[in-house]
Amino acid sequence: MTTPIDDPPGPTEAGEAADDLDLEIDLLLEAIVRKYSYEFRDYARASLRRRIRGALDAFGFASVSELQHHVLRDRQVFTTLLSRLTVTVSAMFRDPGYYLALRREVLPMLATWPSLKIWVAGCSTGEEVYSLTILLDEAGLLERTHIYATDINPEALRTAAAGVYPLARLAQFTRNYQQAGGTRSLADYYTAAYGNAAFDRRLRARVTFSDHSLATDQVFAEVQFVSCRNVLIYFNSRLQDRAIGLFHDSLVMHGFLALGSHERVEGSTRARGFRAVSRKDRIYQKVPYAD
Amino acid sequence: MLTEAIAALHRQPPVLVAVGASAGAAQALGQLLPKLPPALPAAIVVVVHMPPGVPSALPALVRSLCPLSVVEVDDKMALEPGTVYTAVPDYHLLVDDGPTAALSADPPVARSRPSIDVLFESVAETCRERALGILLSGANDDGAAGLARMRAFGALTWVQRPDTAEMTAMPEAALARAPHLALAPAEMGDALAAWGRSHG
Repeated sequence: MTTPIDDPPGPTEAGEAADDLDLEIDLLLEAIVRKYSYEFRDYARASLRRRIRGALDAFGFASVSELQHHVLRDRQVFTTLLSRLTVTVSAMFRDPGYYLALRREVLPMLATWPSLKIWVAGCSTGEEVYSLTILLDEAGLLERTHIYATDINPEALRTAAAGVYPLARLAQFTRNYQQAGGTRSLADYYTAAYGNAAFDRRLRARVTFSDHSLATDQVFAEVQFVSCRNVLIYFNSRLQDRAIGLFHDSLVMHGFLALGSHERVEGSTRARGFRAVSRKDRIYQKVPYAD
Repeated sequence: MLTEAIAALHRQPPVLVAVGASAGAAQALGQLLPKLPPALPAAIVVVVHMPPGVPSALPALVRSLCPLSVVEVDDKMALEPGTVYTAVPDYHLLVDDGPTAALSADPPVARSRPSIDVLFESVAETCRERALGILLSGANDDGAAGLARMRAFGALTWVQRPDTAEMTAMPEAALARAPHLALAPAEMGDALAAWGRSHG
């Protein structure tokens, strides 16, 4: 009667190996925070495991301990690992419907402030930042706006600051731009050369790119709008809560917060300090606490 | 096969049922889901390959097929028994401790995002033997590696019997890779119903 399929549950080799992997990951993250002051211990574990396993394959290391050995001795290995753990490749105007909602529901409100400060938290390689500057430009708001674009990865920040993307990606960016209600041609905003598209310095001039960690740093400015899209999904609940707390503290009363299309403030301790402007597009507004 | 499946569910009751499907999903789900009791004592997560950039038709389909509550998943959502959680376009769906849903915008795997392998892999590591993996009809080999991984962690693993599938490539790839119980979708539904009723 008993077939292999009927084996009763018990400790498996795979289970033991997974426990060891988690232990080694804990040690690696401890090593990283002590040596390089980057804090990954509150990253969501399931995604972190995937990314670390991907890094092992890419480096050709057999174990996380071996990776740790090299991370501690070779800054270049750490730099490469940092990118693998943090960089999310986005597209300009990803989720065009979200940008349409920004245009229609948020920009008219932002226009009522005499000058604007915007924080793009976790800007990665900058696609979101340039999308926003274009949107602001078309609403006539860019000249009175300053954007703080922050990330923990210096290499991603350099890419973002350069504002240069492979032309091969521009077809998708252009499609998104049009669906997002773009009023011109996306080509008006960049110069094509040598297989790349270099975005206008005029857009870049309104942006400060800087290093900031949602895990360890504090609020640095008072802003009317925070955009943090598809960053929180990589955090565990505790770190999400910290980040949403920073956004809440940074926002002026009635300022706006935009998250990724399946991220939410509802689970956080600050949930009562926000109301949903567009639940579908995950756009929230800071409101007085209703007790 | 059916009694074997029911006995296994009693021996190691899953807290989570992870379902993966691709081409032919509607037919397979249409035979499996209507059998489920509303008070099924496990959460169900469903990944079906879907195109990016358009709203998913999956929640409406699942809602039309079963009496359980159906939720399109958000990041960090607690996965509760008696509820079906559907994956969202353009994100991988993983299961993290809790169990909770965890989304990822990492690159597509074998051109799929959501990927069935990514779901199954995370379920294997998070839920171990307290999970049931179900792989249904499909025209590629997504899910085969992940289901083998679930099996290695002691989870129950069921594959749609290829002769009942609209597209056989996916079930066949899984069965070629590791020993899984092969069942018709209706039998899977019957087994879960029999187990669910005895728990209710």
